[in-house]
Amino acid sequence: MRAKIGFARLALFAATSLATAQDMPRFRWENFTTANGLPNNHVYCVLVDGDRIWAGTDNGLGVLENGKWTIYRPKDGLAHQAVLSLALDKRSGDIWAGTMGGLSRVSAGRIDTFTQLNSGLSNDIVYGVGVRGDFVWTATAAGASRLNTRTGHWDLFNERNTPMFEIWTYAVSPGEDKVYYAVWGGGVLEYDVASERWKNYDDPDGETEMVLMKDQGLIHEITTSVSYLDKILWVATYFGASRYDGRYWHNFLTIDSGLPSNFMSQIKSVDANRAWFSTDKGLAYFDGTNWAIYRPALDTHKPEMLVRDSEGKKETRIQVDTAPAHNYILGVDFQGDDIWVATAEGLSHGIRQRGANQRAQVLQTGKAAVKK
Amino acid sequence: MRRVANNRRRSELAAKIVPIAALVLAVVAAKPAPKPVEALPQEHYLNPLEMALSPDGQLMFVVCEGTDEVLVLDLKSAQVVSHVPVGHQPRAIAVSPDGYRAYVTNSWNDTISVIDVGVAKVVQTLATGAEPTGIVTDKPGETLYVANRLSNDISVIDLKTGQETKRLLAGRGASYLELSPDGKWIYCTHIYPTPAPHRIPPQSEITVIDTKRQVVVERKSLPNVAGVFHLASSADGRLTAVAQLRPKNLIPLAHVEHGSVFGDSLTLFGADVGEPVQIPLDELDRYYALPWGIAITPDKSKMFVTTAGSQSVTVIDVQKLLRTVRARTQPFANDLSASAEYVVARIPVGRNPRGILLSRDGKQLYVANRLDDNISLIDPIRNKVVSTIDLGGPKTVNALRRGERLFFTANFAFQGAFGCSNCHIDATVDGLQWDLEPDGFGKDIVDNRLLENLAGTEPFKWNGGNPNMPTECGPRTEKFFFRSQSFSDQELTDLVTFVYSLPYRPNRNRLANGELTAAQERGKAIFERTKSRDGNPIPETNQCGYCHSGPKYTNQKLFDVGTGKATDRSPLIDVPQLRNVADSAPYLHDGSARSMEEIWTVYNPQDKHGVTNDLKKDELNDLIEYLKTL
Repeated sequence: MRAKIGFARLALFAATSLATAQDMPRFRWENFTTANGLPNNHVYCVLVDGDRIWAGTDNGLGVLENGKWTIYRPKDGLAHQAVLSLALDKRSGDIWAGTMGGLSRVSAGRIDTFTQLNSGLSNDIVYGVGVRGDFVWTATAAGASRLNTRTGHWDLFNERNTPMFEIWTYAVSPGEDKVYYAVWGGGVLEYDVASERWKNYDDPDGETEMVLMKDQGLIHEITTSVSYLDKILWVATYFGASRYDGRYWHNFLTIDSGLPSNFMSQIKSVDANRAWFSTDKGLAYFDGTNWAIYRPALDTHKPEMLVRDSEGKKETRIQVDTAPAHNYILGVDFQGDDIWVATAEGLSHGIRQRGANQRAQVLQTGKAAVKK
Repeated sequence: MRRVANNRRRSELAAKIVPIAALVLAVVAAKPAPKPVEALPQEHYLNPLEMALSPDGQLMFVVCEGTDEVLVLDLKSAQVVSHVPVGHQPRAIAVSPDGYRAYVTNSWNDTISVIDVGVAKVVQTLATGAEPTGIVTDKPGETLYVANRLSNDISVIDLKTGQETKRLLAGRGASYLELSPDGKWIYCTHIYPTPAPHRIPPQSEITVIDTKRQVVVERKSLPNVAGVFHLASSADGRLTAVAQLRPKNLIPLAHVEHGSVFGDSLTLFGADVGEPVQIPLDELDRYYALPWGIAITPDKSKMFVTTAGSQSVTVIDVQKLLRTVRARTQPFANDLSASAEYVVARIPVGRNPRGILLSRDGKQLYVANRLDDNISLIDPIRNKVVSTIDLGGPKTVNALRRGERLFFTANFAFQGAFGCSNCHIDATVDGLQWDLEPDGFGKDIVDNRLLENLAGTEPFKWNGGNPNMPTECGPRTEKFFFRSQSFSDQELTDLVTFVYSLPYRPNRNRLANGELTAAQERGKAIFERTKSRDGNPIPETNQCGYCHSGPKYTNQKLFDVGTGKATDRSPLIDVPQLRNVADSAPYLHDGSARSMEEIWTVYNPQDKHGVTNDLKKDELNDLIEYLKTL
């Protein structure tokens, strides 16, 4: 009898694991490198613009359209060859590129560059850029900037007019009601659009590497990325990730979640519950409960997909034939059900694969997941 | 109501003219002495600029820039049947496809007047960007596109809601729009060149909008071009022509007599010609200055171009033109012999011809003679003016009118090559830097300056070489620039009177209530500061307000602010006035600073142009925000 119960439990666990594994999105990965036209293999960021894919690399901005790469570099007017961040103005179709030498706008092939010398931009190292309405928000090495594209007016935000005690801003996520900044070493800054006031969120453990008070605040001060969607803030740091719903924090660490690493370069949410984590040990997807990891295996470098439970204790290995170009993931963007991934060794296109018993589970924002 | 407005305008004009003319009288002390200002008639000229037809072709709507109105002209009787007051300085008009509405850009109000054609009244006013100029509707008449000259963008307005849904990035000086015959594309031209590094050949663009997606999808490059006006497409959509200038601003103004100042030309693009190609309109010994408006006959047999500085319409045989384009394998925009292959007539019309319009059947051609207040009706088959429609403007010609006519004509230059308004487009600037002096290549480069409200800003020229306006407009211009006949004393006085009458355009950086924003207040404090950050006093002569003092922010003196170049004969620079400085990029005497920021971030290393190197970045931004309000 006991054996029967044990077998039943095992069967249930196996069935649950299988179900979980089958729920997780699977991809066939196609990788781009300099061998097939990518400007440089170190890809800092990727942006989907309809059928066009923009890749910000260490040596140029590339755009893939109809299977052909077009490359922009400083000789074409780009602010700098190292393109750290990208944003799309959905209304105009203009692309904004944050670089190591200023901010560039690519508009129907014309590039206009804004620097700290020729414009009101706060600093030429533009780690992050985001567009909301008429405003272009930038995260720079010397504070935040906001450009009103209608008036040309710049607002600078720094230690003198915000609670930004560290001015090394690293990423920005502008929403309709709030704008969030990841401040490297300074936690998270929140700008309230209606009141035009700033507020900061810090790690309650201070600037230590210890996690004394998990889920009582931001996981760490060294923040690298923010993603604000559906009134939920997701934060990536070099020491874990956080989710904040305006009242409660929930933190993710490798020790108690399916995260493959606490070191993250980007976090990008799909909706209030789901997000993608760009870590140095693979690309991770969190569906609100369970985790999936996509990477070349860290030891054999063979394609690998792992599905983990919420605490990261149970792991299922999925047989796959392809993987992202490298396990050091720097950023992602979504194209319908597909995903594009910037890695330290190439750009990867995850082409969504569906099994016979799997229904659609879209990646794009604003559409609910449909589980089996 | 209109009478009240007119009286107000008269009072305003009189208020402007009295001190101006007094100054003119003082400096000219002249022969012949102009009439006392009080004796000058206060006429209000219509200045018809653009025209549009009702869908049935019975009515013509004429935009009158001078009187802030649209005239409704019954074409059958050739009579003005309605006057529709609109906003200030109307520039262009579009009629809805159903003919019920007409949309007029009010360039000084930053609005569109929506006219109910049935009752000939403005029924709605829509907001736009700064200095709206060209305007078109899309083919269904659901969306309005407006080219904003000062904000360098294109407003996209949903006509159901009246709301501007987005702004699309254009080039500098976005001005004229054309909807392709199939309704898929809108083309936008620009009167100023695309901002570029110092001293490279000018370049402009044609901004192409996909009307389905309402985004810019292409920017057609126009190399060696600055100053682009109207464009027109053939009915089959296979050929589009663009009226433009080819300034020769990189070489010294020493070869006026060899065509080395401006090339009056067209760019052609479309399936008929393949890649864009530029063609000359001038002849070897005669120029047709300032090509402005274009019309193409429905059968694509002819193309008509108004040349605003030459009082004429150039007639092109399109098939001959296409043969020339296809036969020539090398660029030939500078080969002035080429025009003989396709230009078949030059039709003399009135002064400063601008808008040009063909009737639906292509049998009548109308030309708006801006400085004659009339319309030339041309037989496009015979290439002859058959009648002139008087729009009812004043019958007398006063000093301002005479001066304006002189300003906008190219008649005084050798072979009619150019006039004042070639560089001062619509009495503003051209966004270019010129090598004006015959002192060798690349020496004494000077940036073009605004002409607004110049009285009290003397001397003129960046080196202060001309003590007053008669000297500036007289010997220097007529002898050196024009290489041709001199103005008579009366003409010079009239021209100076007109130039001094040019007012400031509205400043878009000031709040409506006249107050300063917090950033502008902070910037004002920096402008007026007497101590640097470390508490040390700033020498009086290096404080902003020392040179930039008085009502126009100039002390009218020469200073060395460290911006002189090795190629300048003297480092002493005339202190420019700062009013509307935001509209006059690039900056410094030679235009080497592409933005106001660069004046101090790049060209003030020794703190000679004010003490600025102690400023933090946000403080410099504040200073600039304040300067923009002046």
